[in-house]
Amino acid sequence: MSEWWTYRPSDFLLFAPRTYYRLFELYNADIWPLQIVTLLAGVLILVLMRSRAAWRGRVIAATLAVCWLWIAWAFHWQRYAPINWAAGYFAVGFAIQALLLIWIGVVRDRLRFDSTPSVIARIGVAILVFAVAVQPLLGLLLGREWRQAEVFGVAPDPTVVATLALLLAADRGSPTALPIPLLWCLLSGLTLWVMNAADALLLPMVASLVLLLSFRRSAARR
Amino acid sequence: MTSNIHQALRPPSAGRRRLLLALATSPFIVPLRASAQSSSLLSRPIPSSGQALPVIGLGSWITFNVGNDRVARDNCAEVMRNFFAAGGRVVDSSPMYGSSQEVIGYGLGKLRQAGPPAPVFAADKVWISAGARGPGQIETSRQHWNVPRFDLLQVHNLLSWQEHLPTLLAMKAAGELRYVGITTSEGRRHREFEQIMASQPIDFVQVSYNVLDREVEQRIFPLARERRIGVIVNRPFRQGDLIRSVARHPLPAWAAEIDCANWAQILLKFAVSHPAVTCAIPATSSVAHVRENMGAAVGRLPDEAMRRRIVAHVEKL
Repeated sequence: MSEWWTYRPSDFLLFAPRTYYRLFELYNADIWPLQIVTLLAGVLILVLMRSRAAWRGRVIAATLAVCWLWIAWAFHWQRYAPINWAAGYFAVGFAIQALLLIWIGVVRDRLRFDSTPSVIARIGVAILVFAVAVQPLLGLLLGREWRQAEVFGVAPDPTVVATLALLLAADRGSPTALPIPLLWCLLSGLTLWVMNAADALLLPMVASLVLLLSFRRSAARR
Repeated sequence: MTSNIHQALRPPSAGRRRLLLALATSPFIVPLRASAQSSSLLSRPIPSSGQALPVIGLGSWITFNVGNDRVARDNCAEVMRNFFAAGGRVVDSSPMYGSSQEVIGYGLGKLRQAGPPAPVFAADKVWISAGARGPGQIETSRQHWNVPRFDLLQVHNLLSWQEHLPTLLAMKAAGELRYVGITTSEGRRHREFEQIMASQPIDFVQVSYNVLDREVEQRIFPLARERRIGVIVNRPFRQGDLIRSVARHPLPAWAAEIDCANWAQILLKFAVSHPAVTCAIPATSSVAHVRENMGAAVGRLPDEAMRRRIVAHVEKL
């Protein structure tokens, strides 16, 4: 792309905001009542984080990986790609993240939670609660239709926030699992920004917070 | 301060012009208005062939990229129906515009089911880095549109133009394509653009032009006239920003002197009144807006003095 400096983020917006939110509306209608299942999965993750079961990290990682894989296929590949040619790449990225979660959390069992969580881990839990319980309601609060709700486990944004929250809450950092969710926060934030969405800064703010706290935790452990 | 000598297919009388304007603004008499308007639309000849094109076309950037949403697709088909009913011909798209090509094909298919095929002047683009993959992309685009052939194919934003232009010119020579062009937007790569205009046998250029973005008047428009190249104007409303900005202000009294009933028509008439311009391609997903836009292809166009007045007025807003 020549003269790349003359392009603005809005030059890459291929669709109208109305089309973007209709995408969620139609998607939600198509997959209903899967949203109930994924919300329950979110609650299950929260419950498991408080349990002492040795296998909890593996179950949480596997659950998250299934969500990422589902979003890669059902959302990005099947529904987002027709209006955004970049969504094919998003699908690949989400599938890679699913494999990373399986590798880190299921195969290597690195997703563990301290029985006496640190302040940073508690912030992670709070963000997770936000992703599961509050984020789906944000659109409604901002004047969008409830049918366009973005629900944890089936919509990218709350699932990415929940993943970052879990990685923050885990007692050992997993830096290899961070780049794709962080990149998505940037991309989604830019998309919403050029659509003049009121919640455009939410994901970049969450990403910045998680990045900052992750560095702080790493520094404290050195 | 107005001119009425610009290539109207059948210049209407003053009384008939008033009638047409009244019909154009009435929501209740669409078929009558449509047929009356289409018979009197302002048009411009394509310099390389003399074929007349209505000065207002239909773009599809963003507005027609609605994916598989059936309701939105039907709405776009309705926009197209109103566009053709009002006498519109030129529809422009690109492989870059997401699902827009498929949505245009859907709209044309619906129109075919309802009656005779729409008299579309199909303008599309080739937009792919590898020149060898150009023909495959063009064929995919043609299938999306579901037309026997394109009227115009343009190299989108000059991407790999050295490789695509020979392909398009060969298609034209073989009778698989009627016109060849190149595009840019928002003033990018104008120097290279001019070099291609000066050296290649192209029929069209597509550039951004509106009352506030007039850089193309300096070199590209004169070159187009000199080389007998048609000019298609994109972003006449600056992707909606310009019309949103001026719409806050009352319509100036002089709008009536150029038969404009709204700001959209003033902005469009400004764009198409430049003698180098063949047509403008505003994009919309609104039936009301496409009717408004087509109203810019009726009545008097601004002359040079009025064009200067429009610029001065809008720059002050």
